Amino acid sequence: MLSVIANKRRGAFLLDANFELPTPGVVALFGRSGCGKSTLVNVIAGLLLPDSGRVALDESVLLDTASRLNVPPEKRRIGYVFQDARLFPHMRVEANLRYALKRAAVATFVGLERVVELLDLEPLMGRRTHELSGGERQRVAIARALLSQPNLLLLDEPLASLDASRREEVLPYLENLRDQLAIPMVYVSHNFDEVLRLATHLVLMEAGRTVAQGNLSEMSLHPRVRAIIGSDAVGAIVDGTVLGTDSASGLTRVQVGHGELKVQCDKAAPGTRLRVQLLARDLIVATEPPRQLSVRNSLPGVITSVANDVDDSDLIAVDIGGILIMARVTKAATRELGLAAGKPVWALVKTASLRPHVI
Amino acid sequence: MMWLSANESEALTLSLSVATRSVLLSLPFALGLAWVLTRKRFFGRTVLDAFVHLPLVLPPVVVGYLLLLLFGTRGPIGGWLERVFGVELIFTRNGAALATAVMSFPLMVRAMRISLETVDRGLEDAARTLGAGAFDRFVSITLPLMMPGVLAGAITAFSAALGEFGAVITFVSNIPGETRTLPLALYSALQTPGGDSEAARLAILSCALGLGGLLLSEWFARRVRRMLGR
Repeated sequence: MLSVIANKRRGAFLLDANFELPTPGVVALFGRSGCGKSTLVNVIAGLLLPDSGRVALDESVLLDTASRLNVPPEKRRIGYVFQDARLFPHMRVEANLRYALKRAAVATFVGLERVVELLDLEPLMGRRTHELSGGERQRVAIARALLSQPNLLLLDEPLASLDASRREEVLPYLENLRDQLAIPMVYVSHNFDEVLRLATHLVLMEAGRTVAQGNLSEMSLHPRVRAIIGSDAVGAIVDGTVLGTDSASGLTRVQVGHGELKVQCDKAAPGTRLRVQLLARDLIVATEPPRQLSVRNSLPGVITSVANDVDDSDLIAVDIGGILIMARVTKAATRELGLAAGKPVWALVKTASLRPHVI
Repeated sequence: MMWLSANESEALTLSLSVATRSVLLSLPFALGLAWVLTRKRFFGRTVLDAFVHLPLVLPPVVVGYLLLLLFGTRGPIGGWLERVFGVELIFTRNGAALATAVMSFPLMVRAMRISLETVDRGLEDAARTLGAGAFDRFVSITLPLMMPGVLAGAITAFSAALGEFGAVITFVSNIPGETRTLPLALYSALQTPGGDSEAARLAILSCALGLGGLLLSEWFARRVRRMLGR
């Protein structure tokens, strides 16, 4: 468990943070630019001393201003991947990696070969750092942080300086790390797509304050998260278990709540956990079981709430068996179908609009 | 060196020896002061800064005179050095090295400060999160990154040390083979009837040394920049 409490005033800016992450897990610090995410991460790393606060990872207390305890950054065993990579320019890639390895205070549990393989660095080892592309730099920075044998990995917008295609080049490596190494991570981002793919938990920050936190599925429907990501990106993030392959269509069957989704996913064996985002704008609500439709997926459930949304539409929350999803429908539809809390409905979604991620 | 007379070659080797000692003596102090003046904020920093720069604005003779007071055989520091370590500074090449070191000190500190200011503190923070303690960070990150400034400072100070006249002649006099460096030899030659041609030859030698120093410094700077990937 990582627990963080931090308060700091810096001119007009006020940091007031309080969150917890069950370990191992990946917590996303999510919020608009300039809301204090990096400041908070610097407090966790020990590079910034808060006016008051407490940082603890499992049994070890790293900072406790009340008892004047402050473990210096070099002794905290926290890996930090900076937005600007911060590779040492006077060393080649391999020397950058060995720099961390040499100073690791504990026996190696993530070896050089393992890291080089995980991040595919072999061809880069002899390069000078200024000869690397943005994506390559970040991969080296991640490897370097891992080689310090950290108990916790902080990633401060590691992909923010990359364009979309470079980002896509690095993301799979991060997913890979999360799955292969049981190192808890704090991932700072203002890009919800990255959060969706990497995080297990989400802490929402606004103007220096941690305003809400929870696991990703809960948080995906939080009104303030919806406000940040924009109405088009609003949707439930649901995790399900692969049941098998549908023999007729070749699609993968995933158990989600009481229902079942069919998704396009090649490499998922039965039992694998899959994450799917069901965007509100993609969902259709039916008041009776659908017949004669091309839509492959229908999830039975019960409406729990109907709320105002943008542009003369409503946001309908549906419980599909312990999991909440949301659908956007026009107010006219709400009236004609008599959609209201307690009404049983079927949520329909096209397989083509689902992009599953293995988690 | 066959194209130099015995006197000239003696003055040349002595100058090089004095300048080398001078640079080696001032290098650690200059590094420490550059660090303190750039990175630390404390009461009296401005005064210390001004004090370091004093030799730039004082007449060299004044510096030589102050050195005599402090480091003379009966001076507070000079007496102590002689009693404890048996080090004599008056009328010796070590004394000449001290005088040139003091005179060229501000140049060295200045060059180091400028390069230290360009070192990205973020890289030191990164090293810190990787487990590097304060001294380790300085040696492994800061020092290599400020190396262009250290080299530039050392070479400038070396060149200045070769040419220092006033402070040297005041503090350690003008003794052939011990303290008569190139500029002092040139001055003596001018004072000697018929020494015009020797003076000219020494002047040309000084010019050549200075030019060589500048070229060497440029070459070093380029190499280091390439090494740092800039």
